[in-house]
Amino acid sequence: MSEGGSERFAEGAAIPPFVVENLTRTDLVRYAGASGDFNPIHHDEPFARAAGNPTVFGHGMLTAGLVAKCITDFVGAGNLRRYKVRFATRVWPGDTITCAGRVTRRYEDAGETRIDGEVTATTQRGETAVTGTFSAAVTAA
Amino acid sequence: MAEIDRSLLGVWGPDTTMRVEAGKIREFARAVKDPNPAYLADDGALAPPTFLMTIAHWMRDLGETRSAVKLDYRRLLHGEQEFEYVRPIRAGDVLRFRSRTRDVFEKQGRRGGTMTFIIGETEFRNQHGEVVAYMRNTAIETADAVKE
Repeated sequence: MSEGGSERFAEGAAIPPFVVENLTRTDLVRYAGASGDFNPIHHDEPFARAAGNPTVFGHGMLTAGLVAKCITDFVGAGNLRRYKVRFATRVWPGDTITCAGRVTRRYEDAGETRIDGEVTATTQRGETAVTGTFSAAVTAA
Repeated sequence: MAEIDRSLLGVWGPDTTMRVEAGKIREFARAVKDPNPAYLADDGALAPPTFLMTIAHWMRDLGETRSAVKLDYRRLLHGEQEFEYVRPIRAGDVLRFRSRTRDVFEKQGRRGGTMTFIIGETEFRNQHGEVVAYMRNTAIETADAVKE
């Protein structure tokens, strides 16, 4: 990437993965406190089991937050213009979550160069936990 | 079946204040494992992309939000979440937000039973009266209790 920007944000360009290994229950509790989402299904083991789950599972928006980091590491903090996620399957303590994506479109809008992209979070089982799309402003080099 | 009051579709609920605090931004950035210096700045730290989820700390009782749909939380799934970013949100901002139910529609589920889709929208303005963001979510009420 000798010229930097233009190839980095070309259509089809890969967004470097962000990997979280061994998601812990502490991670879930930390997200519960930070977000204010205290649905006990995400931290209370007996409650989660009584609801028919093998154990507690992660907040969908925690995974969406990890995917957002993957995107902003690529486009820069403050450059997202739109971000949308769809929740597919759940993530469990001990999971390794890989966030990655690619640029799908590059265009000019509202006086800035923008890209659209698609992103996913997948587990070590190959399951898709979250799919998403985004638009961001990029600095064209 | 969800109870729907169509007269409340599109009607904004009351304004509520949400203060954007530096400590909360740090806590949230750490929770999503993002040590980006922009979120840790001493002055005017930027809010990470999904920070508006912390609205949960500021929302009043659900009864006050004038939702058009009475939901059964035992049968509720979070389907989608969308953020539209209009202006940066920084530590020190005092946001005012209001919410509405934008749309409600039903679909036949693959395994039988009717699923109700509820599209909610929240608008955030800053202390200057400027819109900074919209947050939209799709909740899905399933016909039966949520199972794997």
